[in-house]
Amino acid sequence: MKVDREVVGAPGAVPFDAARLREDFPLLRERVRGRPLVYLDNAATTQKPEAVIEAIASYYRHDNANIHRGVHALSQRATDLYEAARRTVQRFLGAASPREVVFVRGTTEAINLVAQSFARPRLGPEDDIVVSALEHHSNIVPWQLVCAATGASLRVIPVDDAGEIELGMLDKLVGPRTRLVAVTHVSNAIGTILPLERIIALAHERKVPVLVDGAQAVSHLPLDVAALDCDFYAFSGHKVLGPTGIGALYAKGRHLEAMPPYQGGGDMIRTVTFGKTDFADVPAKFEAGTPNIAGAIGLGAALEYVERVGRAQIARHERDLLDYATARLAAIPGLRIYGTAREKAAIVSFALEGMHPHDVGTILDAGGVAIRAGHHCAMPLMQRYGIPGTARASFALYNTREEIDALVEGIEEARRLFA
Amino acid sequence: MNELRELYQQVIFDHYKRPRNRHALDHASHEAEGHNPLCGDNVKVYLQVEGGVIRDVGFEGGGCAIATASASLMTEMLKGKRVEEVAHLFDEFHDMVTGERPVDTAQLGKLEVLAGVREFPARVKCATLAWHTLRAALDPRHGRVSTE
Repeated sequence: MKVDREVVGAPGAVPFDAARLREDFPLLRERVRGRPLVYLDNAATTQKPEAVIEAIASYYRHDNANIHRGVHALSQRATDLYEAARRTVQRFLGAASPREVVFVRGTTEAINLVAQSFARPRLGPEDDIVVSALEHHSNIVPWQLVCAATGASLRVIPVDDAGEIELGMLDKLVGPRTRLVAVTHVSNAIGTILPLERIIALAHERKVPVLVDGAQAVSHLPLDVAALDCDFYAFSGHKVLGPTGIGALYAKGRHLEAMPPYQGGGDMIRTVTFGKTDFADVPAKFEAGTPNIAGAIGLGAALEYVERVGRAQIARHERDLLDYATARLAAIPGLRIYGTAREKAAIVSFALEGMHPHDVGTILDAGGVAIRAGHHCAMPLMQRYGIPGTARASFALYNTREEIDALVEGIEEARRLFA
Repeated sequence: MNELRELYQQVIFDHYKRPRNRHALDHASHEAEGHNPLCGDNVKVYLQVEGGVIRDVGFEGGGCAIATASASLMTEMLKGKRVEEVAHLFDEFHDMVTGERPVDTAQLGKLEVLAGVREFPARVKCATLAWHTLRAALDPRHGRVSTE
């Protein structure tokens, strides 16, 4: 229903027009080194629309109070805004209930919460957790920590040269002692979209729950966690046009009910005595302390903005950018694209012969083009390809073909300089 | 774009494409390995010190043009220097590339070509990786080198 509405456009929506959308993002008017900014580092973080900046400012100007405790009017307003943001996240993800949405600092905290509260009590020395070779460090290290604490081991689904996971290996790796499969939805380093339906179906056949790292997916792909049937889905607000320091963990209600609290403090209890403490219901049980209220409100505003534009339209526009960028970059002599999976998000990772990605990044920056250069917090994947890192251009709804032309021009400049 | 030409001078390309002293030393008296976690680059520095004088220097690894050229230029200038001079050279070089204070670049010789780095703060770590590693080789108290 929701997805259909987004396909045809929300009521009153105008046809997709990146040039017009850009006007919603004040930062895109910045100049860098005297040139118009070409921002192609969206996989690191996205820029924020006026609607998000205004929602945060308005909260502090008019509604700021602590939540879930005051009897006064402001506290009620703040609580209402915070809980409305939770319902927006619920709707955006397709979760069955707002009780399945826990606000956290970001994807990293969401994964650590699941690692410590869900996985750790279930793990013993004979057990294992399965991840893929495409993972960001934030979906590797939390599992290594719980493995070190319990004696469990980490198993890795390999990737092929194109950057696709070897599904046949998944069948061998998910065994009777596998307690969790933790995979990314979209590779932040090379853009591969993982075949989640097949991964989840296989894991569930063997009664193994699945966590999905959605950091790179939420702003780019239509999503329905209930249909996907994943057990956990983690994402960060700042990668989907929202503020930093806020994100959400979706978890099936029955998991959250069974999990012990992750942190203790205020806001997560029902009653406290020195003898015994009763914990609050989910999701409050996992939100100890005063949360990032303004962040949650900003995140809600960001998701509403994305819904207004329409995720299907965004995906179509970004697909066009990806195809255009891939074709233009592939035509440059000495340039190699890393990650050529059939299903890809709008991320192009590349290397230039005889040039280090850092040099490419600096030369592009001098032309006002912002990209990421390095290992993209995916060092095991870089090791898989035998390279220290890549240069990575990653696109968002507000990017244009003209900006890809500027990228190509910058690469040509780098080649001339290094010739 | 002038800043870019200032950063990537011909001398830097020359040392990037044909690094000097890029080899291990068989009889090194000192060595250390440095790592730049930002980009995953590694460099290893070898020294042969006799009577307080650096007789030979080599390095392995490198990375970007700035890191590789800086390591190469460093090894060239160190030969024949006394060990106690290194701390001063380190400070002069460091302050030149960070732009922390005006530095008399004459004493740095060819290393002056790296002065352009100061306009690119994100690249300071590339230029100083070999130098941090050198310092660690001579004084293990500096421990495992990381530019973070």
